[in-house]
Formats: sequence, C-alpha cells, structure tokens
Amino acid sequence: MSTLIDGLSLGSIYALIALGYTMVYGIAKMLNFAHGDVIMVGAYAILSTIALLGSPIAAIVVAILVCTVLGIFIEKLAYKPLRGASPLAVLITAIGVSYFLQSVAQLIYGAKSQPVTIGNFGSVAVGDTKISLAAIITLAAGAVIMSALTLFIKKTKMGRAMLAVSEDRGAAQLMGINVNKVITVTFAIGSALAAFASTFYLMQIPSTSPTLGAMPGIKAFTAAVIGGIGSIPGAMIGGMLLGIIEKISLSIPVLAPYTTALEFSLLILILLVKPTGLLGKLKREKV
Amino acid sequence: MAKNKFKLKHHINYIGVGLFLVITSVMMFMGVLNRSTANLITQIAYSIILAVSLNLVVGFLGELSLGHAGFMCVGSYLGCFFAKYMFAFTDSKLLVLIVSMLVGGLVAAVFGFIIGLPALRLKGDYLAIVTLAFGEIVRTIFKNLDTFGGALGLSTKKYGSELFIIALIVVLIMLFVMQNLIRSKHGRAITAIRDNEIAARAMGINVTFYKLLVFVVSAFFAGIAGVIYGHYATPVLYSFFSYNYSIEILVMVVLGGMGSITGSIIAATLITYINFVLTTNLSGDLAALKFLIYAIILIAMIIFNNAPALNPVKERLGDYKNKVLNKITGLLIKKKYDPSQVVDDHAAWHRIPSKIKMDALLSLDITDKNNQNGGDKK
Repeated sequence: MSTLIDGLSLGSIYALIALGYTMVYGIAKMLNFAHGDVIMVGAYAILSTIALLGSPIAAIVVAILVCTVLGIFIEKLAYKPLRGASPLAVLITAIGVSYFLQSVAQLIYGAKSQPVTIGNFGSVAVGDTKISLAAIITLAAGAVIMSALTLFIKKTKMGRAMLAVSEDRGAAQLMGINVNKVITVTFAIGSALAAFASTFYLMQIPSTSPTLGAMPGIKAFTAAVIGGIGSIPGAMIGGMLLGIIEKISLSIPVLAPYTTALEFSLLILILLVKPTGLLGKLKREKV
Repeated sequence: MAKNKFKLKHHINYIGVGLFLVITSVMMFMGVLNRSTANLITQIAYSIILAVSLNLVVGFLGELSLGHAGFMCVGSYLGCFFAKYMFAFTDSKLLVLIVSMLVGGLVAAVFGFIIGLPALRLKGDYLAIVTLAFGEIVRTIFKNLDTFGGALGLSTKKYGSELFIIALIVVLIMLFVMQNLIRSKHGRAITAIRDNEIAARAMGINVTFYKLLVFVVSAFFAGIAGVIYGHYATPVLYSFFSYNYSIEILVMVVLGGMGSITGSIIAATLITYINFVLTTNLSGDLAALKFLIYAIILIAMIIFNNAPALNPVKERLGDYKNKVLNKITGLLIKKKYDPSQVVDDHAAWHRIPSKIKMDALLSLDITDKNNQNGGDKK
C-alpha cells in the first residue's frame, strides 16, 4: 500500500513533466529534449531566489518567469530557424540545447547537488500508512493544471489555434493562424509547466544538481509515450503508471537494480506494440 | 577490366590514414613516440571507427541513433570476456585480439539487428528514444551482472601502446568496407531511403533489408571499437558507455558533416584531441566546459547547415570556396576542359535583381570610346 502511494507521488512529478513534453510534441511536432533541463534551470532559480529573498512564494514566481522567458528564448534562437528543416536537425539541436543548459548550470553552480527547502510539509496518517502532504499537493496540482490546460485548449481562441496547428500546420496557416506565434506560446506554456514541475520536484526531493532534469526528463517522456503522446490526460495517466511501476520494481529485491532497464524496456515494448500509447490517436502518413 | 581513372577524392581517406599509420609506426620503432601519444592515437582510432559507423546511420540512413555507446558497450564486454578465456588456450596476443574483435563485433551486430527491428516501424524522435533506451538498458544490465565484474568493471589484459598500430589497420579495413558499401548500389539505396522513404519503396528498394543492414553494419563496427577500447583501457566499466558518450560520437558526426566520411575522420581526430587536452588541463566543474563546446558545436553546425533562411548565404560561401579551390587547383594542375565537370551556377539566379532599374539601363552609354578614336589603345 505504501509502495503504491510512493509510486503515486513520484508519478505525479513524472506526470507534470510529461504534460510539458506532450504539449510541445503535440503542437510543435518536436521532441523537446531540453524540457528536463528547463526544469533544472527552474530549480536553480528557486535556489537562488530563496538564498536572496528567503521567500519560497517569490521563488516560485521567479522560477515561472525565468522558465517562461528561457523557453521563448530557446524557441526563438534554436528551433525557429529550423522550421521546415528535417526533424533530425531539430532533434539534434534540442540535444545541443539540453547540453548547453546543463553545462552552463554546472559552470555557474558546480556539479555538486545543493539542498533546497521550499517548506516543511508534514504527512497525513491514513490508517497505518503515512502520506506526505507534498505528494498530495503535487497530485492535486497536477489535476488542476491538467484541467486548466484542457479548458484553455478547448475554450480559448489561442487554444483552438493550437489544436488547429497540431492537426495541420499548413491548413492552419491558410486559415489565418499565426503559426509562429502559436508555437512560441506553446513553448512559453510548456516552460511555465516546467517551472511548476521543478517546484513540486523540490517539494518532494529537496536538492538540485545540473543533471536534475536529464533522467526524470527522459522518464517523463517515456510516461508521455505510454499515455499516448499529444494527449493531455494520457500524460497524467502515463506518469502515474510509470511512477507506480518504478516504485513496485524498486521494492522487489531481484528487480531493484534493473528498474531503469525495466522502464525503458516497457517503453520499447509499447512503441513496438502500440506506438500510439494508451490514449493517442493514430495518424497515417500521407505522400 | 576497364581502366578506372585514379581519382584523388576516392582515395584521400586511405592515403591520409595510411600515411598517419606509417609515420607513427616508424616513430614508434625509432622510439620517438611516447606512451601518452600512442594512447591518444589509439583513442583517435576507435573514435574514428565509432564516428564513421554512426555516420552510416545518421548521415546516410537519416535516422538518429543515441545508443551507439550501447553497441560499443556490448561489443566491449563480450569481446573482452571472450579474450579473457582465450588466453587460457593461446599466448598469441595478436590472435586473441583479432578473434575477440570479431566476437565483439558479431555480438554487437546481433544487437544491431534487434534494435534495427523497431527501426522498421519507428522513425525520427521515437527511434532516437528507443536507441537511447537501449543504451541505458545495456548499461544497467552490465552494471549488475557479476559475471562481467558488476559495478567494478571487467578487468582485461592490458595491451602495450603498440595497440594503436592494429587499431589504425582496423580503421583502414573499416574505411574500405564503408566506402565500398556507400559507393555501391546498396549505398545509393540507403541514401534514397534517407531522402524519401516512400519514393524509395515505390522504386522497388527493399527498405526493410537496407535499414537492418545499416544497423547491423554500424553496430558491428561499434562493437569492434568497443573491443579495442576494452584492450586499451582496463577495466571495462559500464559508466564509460553513457548517454554522454553517445552524444560525443554524435558531435563528431555533426561537426564532420552528416554523410561525409572524410569529415567524420577529421572531426573524430579533432574532438578526441580536444578532449585529451581538456581532460588533462581542466578538473572539477570546469570539465563542463567540454560539454559547453559540444553543445555549441551541435547547435551552430545544425542551424548553419539546415536553416532555410541561411541558404543564400551558404550558396555565396560555396561559390567563393569553389572559386578559391579552382584557383588553387588551377595553379597546381593545368586542367583540360571537361564538359562533364561544368556545373550549373545555381546561385547566379539569386543574384539577378528582381526589379531591373530600366532608367539606369537606358541611360547607360554603350558607345565604345575606344572605337570612336578608331583604335584599340588602352
């Protein structure tokens, strides 16, 4: 039971990161490798602001601002010139951006992990098991963000423009949608989500290092694929599933050392058997 | 056999690597070459093998593989494991090295086949993630298998610094295989798949076969590079074959130019050398500088080569380069006029002004002043 709850709280972090991945992938049709590293930048922004101002709330606001601006910058400088180029080129650039952020963070803050405390959250006892409050907040926040995103996409003009761009970029452009603007907004939202993810990450795991975003980023992508990439509820479900699987695997002594291998095998298996994931839609390739 | 005209550009790689091999071997036997330089050359040799074999996947097939270090890891562990047991039967270091390289290469090739299978269904981002996942899976498994030394790594019998001679010979063999593969009809089929898979399929190209072939050949050579690495650096440690190392190989390919073997060779040499200098001079957090350089190389090279907005700039640069090259070759060799060598000047079309200034044209004085004077004085 406690394994399950641990899994859910880890899964809620994965789900939050996966939301950012799935948004950008669904609309810009690119795998934003740097998403995990934007989370890392957010974590360092929180660290620095807490050291300067001492207020966690201000830190979170600063992190959101920093991440959003960073996301827009990355999009404008690295990805926009490559619009229309081969997906391979965009992917390699994204890897380059990810490395850039990591190495700059290491040059500024050093490779050692540093402790960050956003606040002390107690835990709630339900029967025999203790549930940490941070996990509950993360879960709730994930649900709120997910529904807000869904509402935004369904109800606002910009959201519907995003849907149109994800459906058919060329046709959307012909309908008078400013595709470049839509993609920039997508990156801004995705990066703001990254800032939220870093906040909740630090609530549960209170330390930061330059490689903080790398592994959770790839795992969250796995989660997004499991849930069906491009699907917002899918990212949530995939994240939860992956978190639970990871914790269950870690609790079995024989499997524990192979947990990473297990998760990635799951990814390969899903991509082979059902590439669209649990909630994804199949798209046929046209000539 | 028909007489083939000797073309420098087809042999430049062999000549380059061959000369390098001869010079370094002579230096070695004269005792001028010190140990660390010899080790550096071994590093350069296996980096070249890795870069060229990754280039086959990324540059020629057009798929991104982020698990090249994974293939290297499989080859390294199994090849060296085999070598360890082979020393019980024979004392010949050379024989063991050759056989273990073959074993490591073949095992890696089998894994290449297995990873090639998803490549038939997946493309682009998904395939990149699968290869990345493969690299991590392999690493995690070797980390935990006690047969292969577990977290301590597999200890191997260390070879002397003369290993670099064998390594460079392997580079030559690999170049021979790769260049002949790429210049054959199979190579053209592979590049056709890169340019347009559906069209290639429609032309009757067996896409399944060629994709698997590319992954198998590429993994085979990565495995061989792994065995060379294993005999050069002992123990073979899982942590070396990380995602970062796969990216390092990718940086070599991107810097050298996707689809250029000569480029990969030069870039692999350069990056390995830079790496060598940086790791000996930098320590601690400054080591991140290496990755910063990699990141900048990746972003700058890709944007420069692929951004649609930069096409006119590139054409002009290309023209300039051709002009300079022609001048240089013109100085060295008097070329006979060869109609097949004349290339259309595409860039000239861009230089035609879209709006011709008619007034300026009409007011132009076209009377030849020399003729007015009735002579051709200067």
